[in-house]
Amino acid sequence: MSLLSAEMAFSPTRVGALVMRYLYLMRSSWPRLAELVYWPAVQMLTWGFLQTYIRAQAGASGVGGAMAVAGGTLIGSLLLWDTLFRCQLGFSVSFMEEMWARNIANLLISPLRPIEFVAALMTMSLIRMAIGLVPVTLMAFWFFGFNLWSLGLALVGFFLNLVLTAWAIGLAVSGLVLRNGLGAEGLAWSVLFFFMPFACVYYPVAALPAWLQTVAWCLPPTYVFEGLRAAVVGHTLRADLMGEALAINLVLIALGGAAFLALLDSARKAGSLLSMGE
Amino acid sequence: MPTTPAIEARRLVKRFGATTAVDAISFVVEPGTVVGLLGGNGAGKTTTIGMIMGLTVPSAGEVRALGVDMARDRYRALGRMNFESPYVDMPHRLTVRQNLRVFGRLYGVAGRERRIEALAADLALEPFLDRPSGSLSAGQKTRVALAKALINDPELLLLDEPTASLDPDTADWVRGRLEAFRRARGATILLASHNMAEVERLCGRVLMLKQGRIVDDGSPDALIARYGRNSLEEVFLDVARAPAGEGAL
Repeated sequence: MSLLSAEMAFSPTRVGALVMRYLYLMRSSWPRLAELVYWPAVQMLTWGFLQTYIRAQAGASGVGGAMAVAGGTLIGSLLLWDTLFRCQLGFSVSFMEEMWARNIANLLISPLRPIEFVAALMTMSLIRMAIGLVPVTLMAFWFFGFNLWSLGLALVGFFLNLVLTAWAIGLAVSGLVLRNGLGAEGLAWSVLFFFMPFACVYYPVAALPAWLQTVAWCLPPTYVFEGLRAAVVGHTLRADLMGEALAINLVLIALGGAAFLALLDSARKAGSLLSMGE
Repeated sequence: MPTTPAIEARRLVKRFGATTAVDAISFVVEPGTVVGLLGGNGAGKTTTIGMIMGLTVPSAGEVRALGVDMARDRYRALGRMNFESPYVDMPHRLTVRQNLRVFGRLYGVAGRERRIEALAADLALEPFLDRPSGSLSAGQKTRVALAKALINDPELLLLDEPTASLDPDTADWVRGRLEAFRRARGATILLASHNMAEVERLCGRVLMLKQGRIVDDGSPDALIARYGRNSLEEVFLDVARAPAGEGAL
């Protein structure tokens, strides 16, 4: 087998082995499962009641416009932000489980390729996100009559773009943890919140100063949240926004993957992989 | 007929900043032999093993395992080798059986369940096969780690202090299992240790490392005779206490 083909060989069996490992872990601990639903549910209830209150106040005082937009999209924005956050966390936490367990060297001396490792982490991010968010979307409908699934085709575009952004960030964060050890693990929980003010989750891009709007349009989630407001308030599907977000996401995924491989290579050069752990 | 060496290191160097952990070592390990890497703390044993597995990239030189350049092409060899160390763990919440299933799949082991049953019988894992790995004693964990290292029936087994922190009885039992595996499989074993009794019992050849350099190389008996001592431990002390740079090969 040539050097390139040995490096690039992809085995679904090995990906399945790692996914099985994470599912065994999840099954062994009900608090881990409950935690996946707990925070999204608490947040959705809090913001849902706030949305109900704002809408009621806007209706009573005859205020329309911005108040109506804000009041109409809070739950949707929250659910999509949580999609992004949970998906990235699902990727990064699954990776960090190997660091916490001091198992990373066992994996890296096995025939598991980095691309297979990443594929398993991507699969787990989707599984963890689905476990956390599907019940919460049903709760949102039951409590507040907000049906995220009614967004139909737009929702596919929103999910696709948010998942790709989450994976790009997850790749970079996991690479940093691999290179710098668990001292960098806090990034997994905090890094997305740095982008939150610029991604215009709860307000339109127009609310930002002009120079920050340029920054906002560099972030794929901005396009998703603008698209959500267009869908919920204007009942329009903004395919143009989804296409632009996808283009930026493809660049980010390539950069995230390159960063992960470069940081893995750097860790191999630093000789730190045999001593990683808590 | 010439055979491919199980391990071949040529002028292998690893530097960490200003520190040279492995300093231009060269050695060949023939297939089917058991070779010990003997040296004190910081002698470069673990770094050498890391480079043999391709987990650590050499600063200079070359290392080949099973004929494969491990810095460039390690995936061609990784399925045919394995590693065990008390400093690398397995997921604690998974049961022993679940862990072995995962690694069995990663290594593409055919007839995984049969292989797990056979290893469980051989290494006396049956009483705790369905218990979480994290709930086991040190001796039980070592046996599980050994089962993981043997899951793919490796041609080349790398062991980093495999009996560290075990009581003498369990350590002796583990050594017995390693001997039995080598005899049955004809495998090559490279063993890093500071346990002289272990090295004397298992190894036909010893590479003595000090400050990243090979300072002596020979069978345990030959080394004992060469230094005029009664045991490998006395040889080790002679080497460890000799002034730096003395005796390097």
